[in-house]
Amino acid sequence: MKDAGNKYESRREFVRKAGMALAIAPLIALPLVLAKKTTGKGYVWQIDPYKCTTCGNCKTSCVLTPSASKCVHAHVLCGYCDLCGGYLKEGAKSISTGAEVQMCPTNAIERKFVEEPFFEYMINENLCDGCAKCVKGCKDFGNGSLYMQIKQDLCVNCNDCAIARNCPSNAVSRVPSDYQYVIKDRAQG
Amino acid sequence: MRKRLLPYILLLILVLWHVVLFAQERFPRPEFESGYVYPEQHLPEGRSQVWEYIDVAVLIIALSVTSWLAIKKRSRQGIVWMSVFSLAYFGFFREGCICAVGSVQNVALALFNEGYTIPLTALLFFIIPLVFALLFGRVFCAGVCPLGAVQELTGIKPVKLPHAVEAIMAAVPFIYLAIAVLFAAMESQFIICRYDPFVGFFRLDAPFTMIVFGILLIIAGIFINRPYCRYFCPYGVLLNIFSRFSGKHLTITPAECINCRLCENDACPYDAILPSNHDQVKENPAESRKIFLRYVLMLPVFTLAGALLLYNTAPFLAGIHRDVKLAKEIRVEKETGVEALSLAAKAFKESGQTEDELFASEKAVIARFRKASPWIGIFLGLSLGAALVSMTTKRRRTEYLPHKGKCYSCGRCFRYCPVEVKSQVK
Repeated sequence: MKDAGNKYESRREFVRKAGMALAIAPLIALPLVLAKKTTGKGYVWQIDPYKCTTCGNCKTSCVLTPSASKCVHAHVLCGYCDLCGGYLKEGAKSISTGAEVQMCPTNAIERKFVEEPFFEYMINENLCDGCAKCVKGCKDFGNGSLYMQIKQDLCVNCNDCAIARNCPSNAVSRVPSDYQYVIKDRAQG
Repeated sequence: MRKRLLPYILLLILVLWHVVLFAQERFPRPEFESGYVYPEQHLPEGRSQVWEYIDVAVLIIALSVTSWLAIKKRSRQGIVWMSVFSLAYFGFFREGCICAVGSVQNVALALFNEGYTIPLTALLFFIIPLVFALLFGRVFCAGVCPLGAVQELTGIKPVKLPHAVEAIMAAVPFIYLAIAVLFAAMESQFIICRYDPFVGFFRLDAPFTMIVFGILLIIAGIFINRPYCRYFCPYGVLLNIFSRFSGKHLTITPAECINCRLCENDACPYDAILPSNHDQVKENPAESRKIFLRYVLMLPVFTLAGALLLYNTAPFLAGIHRDVKLAKEIRVEKETGVEALSLAAKAFKESGQTEDELFASEKAVIARFRKASPWIGIFLGLSLGAALVSMTTKRRRTEYLPHKGKCYSCGRCFRYCPVEVKSQVK
């Protein structure tokens, strides 16, 4: 009886060892296969402003509320106009800082007089919710100096970015973490 | 003649003007006289890369401690505290990304695509728990996985499910894994991450539907312990397979099993205790061998059936890819005249990509799916066949043992064992 027990034991032990060897093989093979395709540096998600269609999905798709994607301003591209397509609603009755004429629903754009006839526009990041309305206005009627970027200090860097999934123009993609922003320094086109 | 051409010339000018408008800054950069300096763009860097390596270190330490607690120390209390720690660190502090469960997809994406190089940390998160599973069983599930920890800590009133339900639901993770790997390898989506029910709790923010799903799972999990781990977790499939061949594994009893049957009924909420059967009547060996052979011969049939089934569903599965989705919409627009109104269709029309390019891309994606999906069919067919084969064999056991594949090494069974209790009283 005892011998029979031993026989079973050794057979099971053999199966276990064979299985272990079979399981170890892919574990060793995997790093070898991927040796050339592994990077010590990670990725972050970022918006390519030249592909962005300002649809506003960034605001609603992000797993965070408010979204980690916000408007940033490339001042070097800005025309510093008095009549700003990003600041004022289309058909605004007056050029002022009144809430009724502002494009931004959260009053996140601060308008400041610089010198005749120029006005500076700054984004208050704490108020911006990433709706991209101003970006659309600036793209349609201005230089396109306002653009969307994912703020990396807010982004939780999901393995599968929900904004990327919902972006209609495929503008959101993984970028190496060395280049966390796609900075806009030239006009559209 | 000239009159007829005029509209076209006008149109040409208009189009050209549009291009010019687009290519240049419409308003020239102002020349300031007051010494104005451009403000800096506020573009803060993300969390330092170092954190990800700290995560790997914490992962290894946590796995080692849990292995020690499960196998050497045999402390359920300790494993619970490890769950609390992992929930706090990997869950609430690191907010759930990256986790071993999702890393399956990074590996699949890296294996089958040229453009993607996998971050080392993702690769390590994939491999290390598997190595530990091979050494010590599913200790990752026991006390390290934050998703497992949520459910382990909330499963307070275990109820046993019928064997049939258990057996059927056990197939779901295999299908989930297969589909997730396919979608990741085809650069379509990371569905494991998208349908992660608990990551929303860690971030205190998620889509409404996922929060509802998560809450329902937790409520169900009070009675049906670890519902996600048992019936959904795709990484659990791999751990299950690897753990079956583990060198060391948690045991129910610290010494020799006295076949007291006390652990038989309520000790394991996961149905992972294999009862001793040395006193049962032996089956006719010739008969059981025949049944066994019959099912082994069925293996190729299942494999082929799986491959065929998945080959034929490939175009349907390809619908998850954005190009295929868009191409479908554009084609409907062409054929029926109903304007494609989705944002993607609008963006496509603005982008200047031609329809032929899109349709070519659609065709390529479907062809890739056709090529890849039979393989996951083979995997599914083989798994089903192997499960049936294993049902035909009866193992002789002289003691109560944990099912190495199903056991989460949670240690709930320790206190049911009188040998254990006796040793502790001493």
